Amino acid sequence: MSDEYEHKIEAKSDYVSDASSVSTPDIDAVPESELPDQDLYHSHSWWTTYVFSQDAKYIGIQYALTAIGTGLLGLVLSWIMRIQLAFPGLGWLEPAAYYQFVTMHGMIMVIYLLTALFLGGFGNLLIPLMCGSRDMAFPYVNMLSYWAFVVAVLVLLASFFVPGGPTGAGWTLYPPQAITAGTPGSDMGIILMLISLILFVAGFTMGGLNYIITVLQLRARGMTLMRLPLTIWGIFTATVLAMLAFPALLVGCLMMTLDSLIGTSFFMPAMVSLGEKLSYDGGSPILFQHLFWFFGHPEVYIVALPAFGIVSDLLSVHARKTIFGYRMMVWAIVGIGALSFFVWAHHMYVSGMNPWFGFFFATTTLIIAVPTAIKVYNWILTLWKGNIQLSLPMLFSLAFIVTFLNGGLTGLFLGNVTVDVPLSDTYFVVAHFHMVMGIAPILVVFGAIYHWYPLITGRMMDETLGKIHFWITFVGSYAIYFPMHYQGFVGVPRRYFEIYDSPYIETSTLLLNQFITIAALIVGAAQLVFLYNLITSVRLGKKAEKNPWKANSLEWQTPQMPPEHGNWGKETPKVYRWAYDFSVPGAKEDYIPQNQPPSEIIGAKVEKT
Amino acid sequence: MSDSSLENLPKGWKSIPSDLGSDQTAFKGVQWGKSMMWIFLLSDTFIFSCFLISYMKGRASTVVEWPNPSEVFALDFMGVPVPLLLIAIMTFVLITSSGTMALAVKYGYERNKKMCGWFILLTAIGGLTFVGMQAFEWSKLIHEGVRPWENPFGAGQFGSFFFMITGFHGTHVSIGVIFLFIFSRKVFRGDFDTGKRGYFTTMKSDYVAIEILGLYWHFVDLVWVFIFAFFYLW
Repeated sequence: MSDEYEHKIEAKSDYVSDASSVSTPDIDAVPESELPDQDLYHSHSWWTTYVFSQDAKYIGIQYALTAIGTGLLGLVLSWIMRIQLAFPGLGWLEPAAYYQFVTMHGMIMVIYLLTALFLGGFGNLLIPLMCGSRDMAFPYVNMLSYWAFVVAVLVLLASFFVPGGPTGAGWTLYPPQAITAGTPGSDMGIILMLISLILFVAGFTMGGLNYIITVLQLRARGMTLMRLPLTIWGIFTATVLAMLAFPALLVGCLMMTLDSLIGTSFFMPAMVSLGEKLSYDGGSPILFQHLFWFFGHPEVYIVALPAFGIVSDLLSVHARKTIFGYRMMVWAIVGIGALSFFVWAHHMYVSGMNPWFGFFFATTTLIIAVPTAIKVYNWILTLWKGNIQLSLPMLFSLAFIVTFLNGGLTGLFLGNVTVDVPLSDTYFVVAHFHMVMGIAPILVVFGAIYHWYPLITGRMMDETLGKIHFWITFVGSYAIYFPMHYQGFVGVPRRYFEIYDSPYIETSTLLLNQFITIAALIVGAAQLVFLYNLITSVRLGKKAEKNPWKANSLEWQTPQMPPEHGNWGKETPKVYRWAYDFSVPGAKEDYIPQNQPPSEIIGAKVEKT
Repeated sequence: MSDSSLENLPKGWKSIPSDLGSDQTAFKGVQWGKSMMWIFLLSDTFIFSCFLISYMKGRASTVVEWPNPSEVFALDFMGVPVPLLLIAIMTFVLITSSGTMALAVKYGYERNKKMCGWFILLTAIGGLTFVGMQAFEWSKLIHEGVRPWENPFGAGQFGSFFFMITGFHGTHVSIGVIFLFIFSRKVFRGDFDTGKRGYFTTMKSDYVAIEILGLYWHFVDLVWVFIFAFFYLW
């Protein structure tokens, strides 16, 4: 297709010089529209516009705000846990409460914040806009998806108020302990958690179908899959992973609900509790671990792949440079996604597996490092000789690369059985996964919010406050998690509510705990700066010009900014190229939007896409 | 996309790179709803696979003997216990309802409102019969002392997996039956001819919806074949 364009451009210039009368084909031609214009739902009241909205942009913002609100709770829980760990003398938390906080913090951050924010939030906001469509394919189902998520969050929060409190089983919810007396929230709390997860999966399925079909069947004229921004590739692949991984979680949750409520023994072996033999008999606890991690490992990439995609776009736009190796980036995303289904048991090295099993899963785990390394190299090569603008999104993207590399390298250690076994259940693991799937994706979330804020509100966020936020968050998270690697090496176990002076624990780790906590509180305070910036900039922020970052992708090319209902006014855009034509030799501007017709950029040496 | 331009597209294996390399749609000429149902069924396949694999693992790792299915599921017919009698009839009814569903889709696309409506209704009745017989089987087993947590024949997990998986499948059938009744009413009322807008979705009705429901119905039948094989024949 692009060959034709190139060819036709030459033909046109020949035509001008020769002044011959041969008629030339239209160089701005794109394939005919395959579908009639989308039949949209038009809201007619305040309720249907802002509350039960069927417009993907609004749903995206609703998803994002709900997710961030829930995430703030997760953040507060982590502060209290940190204070308990550093200053056990204050007696802030009972052991039971500590476990409950650990559990809720983990579950909230992984599922209700990151998954919902990346797929529900950024997915809804960006997929229709970046694909050049008017809305999602099924706006009504999309609305249901959001409200199912809201109900899931409410059920989760309700577990704080039931007798016994929320579950304290850890975010992995391993049976038998999750539903056995002695674990906090083992009767009501765990049930609400399981129901909340089932609701989340149901809601996500409705949204996920929308995201997949919109990307596959609803693109603009000229928008091929290989012209999609990497953001969309990341979100799309993550959604496919979620559609195939969440079933395992759903089944696991359903079976544990039955174990707990009506006394089946899917996961429950014969046990003696408080001196009495329980009625359970003959179940397999390992089965739950397999189901959970068949979901749980892809879940890591459900969070990471959208971050990979978004950061690729941020780097390219803010370095004014073509993304390096676009096709390899796409194949790396797809490859990581596919491989992520074959590595789950590396979370179970200490569960008692056949050693050959461990060998297999260690091998597949290390193979994932290949496409991941391709991505890291490509990000760095994108920056190479780029016109790097140290804007807020760029700062966060750079921080992401470093942090992700850090977390990824410790992953290589933990992926090997022999190294993992001594490090298992120490703070090394905590440091690893917080670096790789906590801090790294959150840095991308911040970068993305600073980047797309003008698209949503029409105003910029404050640069100075943003830089304060950035430096404290970036440096602070290293102050938090670097010492944890050391703590892990000297054998400090995770999930202990109190690390006291004992001959088995280095005294240096006690001081480190206090240092980490102070760093965590400072980083937490910096998030308040971010929230202040986020809220006040809606009214007080500098008015953004159209396409403030001079980006190529379609979301910035709408007739109005912020885009209106239906996004594109009269006609959906026609796409002529990919989203990465920055600093093209011979072009007037240093960027060429995807929908700029070739006839307007004659002479520019655009790459064939 | 019009039918004539669809015919000009490459066929067979060549269609895969050509469709994936094209703009706008990856599945040419396939309505959004239909492609959505396929993706949903793929996800649902994973749910049922997880159920059945869990069942295999559970059955393989119990310490107590698994009940003998040909005895547990036998039905007394004129004083003789006939193994798998009820289940054979249930399976026959469900597979037949797949046939009537296929005919409904065919008559739908032929705009034959009357035949289409009746065949959907027939399918719904088939589904209802299946659910009814399943309820009978459940009550028979419960009567014999089979419970989700224990049973007199062997490993307790037998009842757990049986009630959970057939229950989950039965829920799928029941949801299908509800939609079949709604659709038969819509067909008889002529919604699909007039393109009446949906009450909830406000989107125009189209006969393709019957095919989409058909996809779901055939899937539910196919899943039953696996459940049948794993529970009753193993």
